[in-house]
Amino acid sequence: MIVLFYNRKTKNRISTAWMYIAISFVVLLPFILGLGLYFKSSLLFSENSLGDLLFSKVWKPSIGKFGFLTFIMGSVWVTFIAMLISAPICIFAALSITQYSKKFYLKIIHPVIDILAGLPSVVYGVWGIIVVVPFISTVIAPLFGAQTMGYSILAGAIVLSVMIIPFILNILIEIFRTIPIELTEASLSLGATKWETIKYVLLKKALPGIIASLGFGLARAFGETMAVLMVVGNMVQIPKNVFDAGYPLPALIANNYGEMLSIPKYESALMFAALILFVVVMVFNALMRMLIVRYDKY
Amino acid sequence: MNENTKIKVEHLDLYIGKQHILKDINIEIPENKLTIILGPSGCGKTTLLKCMNRLTDLYHDVKINGSIFIDNEDVLHTKTDVTEIRKKMGLLSQRPFPLPMNIYNNVAYGLKISGRRNKKALDARVENYLKQVNLWDEVFDRLHEPASKLSIGQQQRLCLARGLAVDPEIILADEPTSALDPISSETIERKFEELKQQYTIVMVTHILRQARRIADYVIFMYMGEVIEQGPAKEFFENPKMERTKAYLQGAFN
Repeated sequence: MIVLFYNRKTKNRISTAWMYIAISFVVLLPFILGLGLYFKSSLLFSENSLGDLLFSKVWKPSIGKFGFLTFIMGSVWVTFIAMLISAPICIFAALSITQYSKKFYLKIIHPVIDILAGLPSVVYGVWGIIVVVPFISTVIAPLFGAQTMGYSILAGAIVLSVMIIPFILNILIEIFRTIPIELTEASLSLGATKWETIKYVLLKKALPGIIASLGFGLARAFGETMAVLMVVGNMVQIPKNVFDAGYPLPALIANNYGEMLSIPKYESALMFAALILFVVVMVFNALMRMLIVRYDKY
Repeated sequence: MNENTKIKVEHLDLYIGKQHILKDINIEIPENKLTIILGPSGCGKTTLLKCMNRLTDLYHDVKINGSIFIDNEDVLHTKTDVTEIRKKMGLLSQRPFPLPMNIYNNVAYGLKISGRRNKKALDARVENYLKQVNLWDEVFDRLHEPASKLSIGQQQRLCLARGLAVDPEIILADEPTSALDPISSETIERKFEELKQQYTIVMVTHILRQARRIADYVIFMYMGEVIEQGPAKEFFENPKMERTKAYLQGAFN
């Protein structure tokens, strides 16, 4: 009896300890990652100022010039346009599914979203090369009087938006579903139309969640590598319009990592690119949290 | 139709999927009286209430047959805009659900969407309706705070005020006191007794004592059917049906 008691207490202690180890691992992980990247890129800092690294567009590794502006702008363009495409689609799709459609659609949309979310990004890349790139060069660009091979910021953004839609949509559907129906009833019974109810009540109630879901999508889009680098053109230039080729940060790392490791400064530069991605995603996250708190008063 | 009848329901059947929720409902609700729909949980009271302003439109797989006449207009088959019908009826639900905006706009919401934007007129009406529900003194200095910061009892009174603000003729109340403390409940009940001078009130409850306290007219439902209806005095003192007698004696609890 005493042995059993002893055992139970020990087991309890061990399992508690395990949980602490697990949680501290999770909490420490970002710090370990961030520190690792920082030390690995310190070689670059020793010879270049941070301002030069971030705001110079001269990228000449052979003479030791590492300006990341082109890559940062490539990432910003692709991400921004991808969000511009996917955010309205996701919000309207989520509203349509939760507010207007029959239950049946909700049932079929979940497997569809799961399939889309589960596809490997290289599949999206191939789809981009076969469908999106030619479509841009033969249909969209001529509409605007532009000439392009199709490998462009726009191609990257379209592929990217299709990739993040399932993630954002999934969260948004849950958010709209958890708004109590009584709130809709209250608004309708005050003489509001369905659209007024959505505009003034549901969207407002859901705002913190919408911000969170878009922030999540944005962070994903910013770091997505494979599919984007397959269609975005990868030319070291600051894109002037969406039909120009660009070179986002993740593509820079993926394209050069293997072969450039022999050059210490180049390796350090790629680590710095990773550090930029890391910091940007973290800052986004913090901003989103602040916005959510700001709008979460209802 | 009786001259004093405000709402008349005829042969109303409602199915959700294959479930028969409301079975051949025939009732008449008198004008400017407080009518209580009484019955044990799950008997279809709330569904019947929501049919009246067509909130049942929101539910999936619903099939409705029959008619509900409000001022001789069949709300179930009317060609006029359903938002107009709903404006005739204020709704008070079981728990208060303030709109995601500040206290002022909760009351002004219905007025604003129907196009009234004159600031002074709005101010006056908001004050008037908050006073009507005895909430003004508690909130006049924080009208621009989120309504969700109020206590549950205050929120329920706010919900009543926002319903009254759009000038309804009918108040539909679905167990409006079930989430409230005794004092807040009493405030709502007393308010209803005042309001029935101007409004036709239909209130759903499963609390027998509450029905005895305030009802003018009672509709007793059980398992989706109306068992008995009539003036409160008659209903409580001389129930005609066996089931009613059993319920009044507490057999269902």
